[in-house]
Amino acid sequence: MARFDSNDDSVVVIIGSGAGGGTLANELCHKGFKVVLLEAGQRQSPQTFRNDEWFAFKQLAWLDKRTTSGTWRVARDFPNLPAWTCKTVGGTTVHWAAASLRFQEHEFKARTTYSNVSGANLLDWPISLADLAPYYARAEDKTGVTRTNDIPGLPGNNNFKIMYNGATRVGYKTVHTGRMAINSRPRDHRSSCWQLGFCLQGCKSGAKWSTLYTEIPKAEATGRLDLRPQCHALQIQHESGGNATGVLYADKDGKHAWQKARIVCVACNSIESPRLLLNSASSRFPHGMANSSGQVGRNYMRHTTGSVYAIFNKPVHMYRGTVMAGIITDEAELNTKRGFAGGFEMETISLGLPFAAAFLDPGAWGRDYTSVLEQYPNMAGMWIVGEDMPQATNAVTLHPKEKDQWGLPIPNVHYDDHPNDVAMRNYGYKQGAAVYDAVGAVKTIAVPPYPSTHNMGTCRMSERPGDGVCNKWGQTHDVKNLFISDGSQFTTSGGENPRLTIVSLAIRQADHIAAESTKRNL
Amino acid sequence: MKIKRREFLHKSAIVVAGVSAAAAGVTVAGFAAEWTARLKTLTAHEGDTLLKMARKIFPHDRLGDSYYIKTVADLDAEASSRPATAKMLSAGVANLDHSAKGKFVAQPDGEEIAALKTIQHTPFFEKVRSTEIVSLYNNQEVWKVFGYQGASYPFGGYLHHGFNDLNWLPEPPEAASPKPV
Repeated sequence: MARFDSNDDSVVVIIGSGAGGGTLANELCHKGFKVVLLEAGQRQSPQTFRNDEWFAFKQLAWLDKRTTSGTWRVARDFPNLPAWTCKTVGGTTVHWAAASLRFQEHEFKARTTYSNVSGANLLDWPISLADLAPYYARAEDKTGVTRTNDIPGLPGNNNFKIMYNGATRVGYKTVHTGRMAINSRPRDHRSSCWQLGFCLQGCKSGAKWSTLYTEIPKAEATGRLDLRPQCHALQIQHESGGNATGVLYADKDGKHAWQKARIVCVACNSIESPRLLLNSASSRFPHGMANSSGQVGRNYMRHTTGSVYAIFNKPVHMYRGTVMAGIITDEAELNTKRGFAGGFEMETISLGLPFAAAFLDPGAWGRDYTSVLEQYPNMAGMWIVGEDMPQATNAVTLHPKEKDQWGLPIPNVHYDDHPNDVAMRNYGYKQGAAVYDAVGAVKTIAVPPYPSTHNMGTCRMSERPGDGVCNKWGQTHDVKNLFISDGSQFTTSGGENPRLTIVSLAIRQADHIAAESTKRNL
Repeated sequence: MKIKRREFLHKSAIVVAGVSAAAAGVTVAGFAAEWTARLKTLTAHEGDTLLKMARKIFPHDRLGDSYYIKTVADLDAEASSRPATAKMLSAGVANLDHSAKGKFVAQPDGEEIAALKTIQHTPFFEKVRSTEIVSLYNNQEVWKVFGYQGASYPFGGYLHHGFNDLNWLPEPPEAASPKPV
């Protein structure tokens, strides 16, 4: 593994090793760039993962204190845990469920398509599906997405059998085991899926794509990656002209360290990325780095989610096998007759007993609740994931008083449900229940959103510098050698799980950085 | 040792008194004496009250007291290392007894739920509930009772252990759900 000097200003520093940062690191290393990859968390491996929900949560999740505000129920149920993301090498690709869907053409043109939704800060992306399609194709191949590149779909588990039968009985047309970055056959030196049932706890078979054991070791093999785990970025610094010069970070012993850089790429997920820019305020950038638009931290999106669980009078054992074992895509299409803008996917989901108890109705107690839990073996579940509306006031901001272990302000995450989100969620609950009722559910349960794993939009792409933080390459409007390389750059959320789009944008960004470097523009 | 023995006797005496006064005994005197004696920081009365609370918060008739005692033991462990927790639990139990207009452990069925409802939005109640949700449901013995099999890696995953064994609905077509390798 490479180790570059802290004064080596020819390196690219990437902050965050998840879907965006980990992929970008590998792409750049293969193009000949020297990369320092800062990761706040420790390095685990499939050997150190455990099939244990609470253990894995403590091992992998980002647990640094955050605060919340707004009308979303997460603020009440999990006031210090707005997001369920990871602090570990590989980032949230260690935890993700692996659904790999392309955004649809109209979703890149949300403002044009949905027109002027009251209270929403909608904007069209500065790129189209056609711009991203070749990169989607590369991302699908790179990460081994089923039902692409002649890779067969995964076999459906019991949870999927329920979904399939219910969905077809209510008239849904497109129901299958999904496009998943989980090997249905051995591929890329990784095994096929063992149906472990612990996708979210780190895949012990390695069948699920994660940058931890794909992009990162491949980048290390080039001899050009200097991965620094347990190194928490504190501030991006710049010279008098405003260009980024490097990153100040705290190492594993808490000591401040400094790495010079020719280019800095921020990929810390959509809470920490804007927080880092805001914490990098200086006399030149008084409101935070790359924030002349005032949009850093704003337009925080987390998808309109919710789950529907159903109890049957026969066994299901939903926890056996892949967590996101199947999908209904009919509701994802553009259809304005339902009373809301945007669409949603319906995807199976399961929780082990420990997390079912914690998440089915957070805060609930008493016999009504435990009588539901006693039906655990007969339970099936699905997750609703749909487009939520960007709002300028849904924002990641710096806490006015509270500081973290490094003495920097912690983030507050404010989120008010938009009426469009509420309408979509309620419709989704109704349709999810209908699917289960069609196969004889004894009871269906509408479950409120969990802490967010899909976090988007807080450093969004925009055509005009006044509307967002970065351009169509993720390059910040204000600082030409500073890039946003994660889901923060999403202009809108789409109705699909974001990972494939994050990876596609990272591949595209690497091509751009290489081309601009060749032209000596960077 | 002498101090421990005195504490043991002290706690046991209170528990026995408490239990004998309870109309619906959720604990057996001898058993209660044994487990409350192991508490490091909580008094026997606090332990007994928290045990009854734990049983009422997540009631499962098929689970014996030992599963719920783990919650009290976990609370006691935290109270032993964090004085703030010890203080909160002690004050919380006293407040609950006050709400119950007597001893919560002595309240008859039905009334104790009303007493808990009066305190359900307090940090004390939330402390007990949020501790219990892990202590009770993150227990492999409890998983067996609830039909949750947990870790599958030791036996190679559910691929050959029932991941698709549901047979009360038609099989989806192969286009939707290809056969396993």
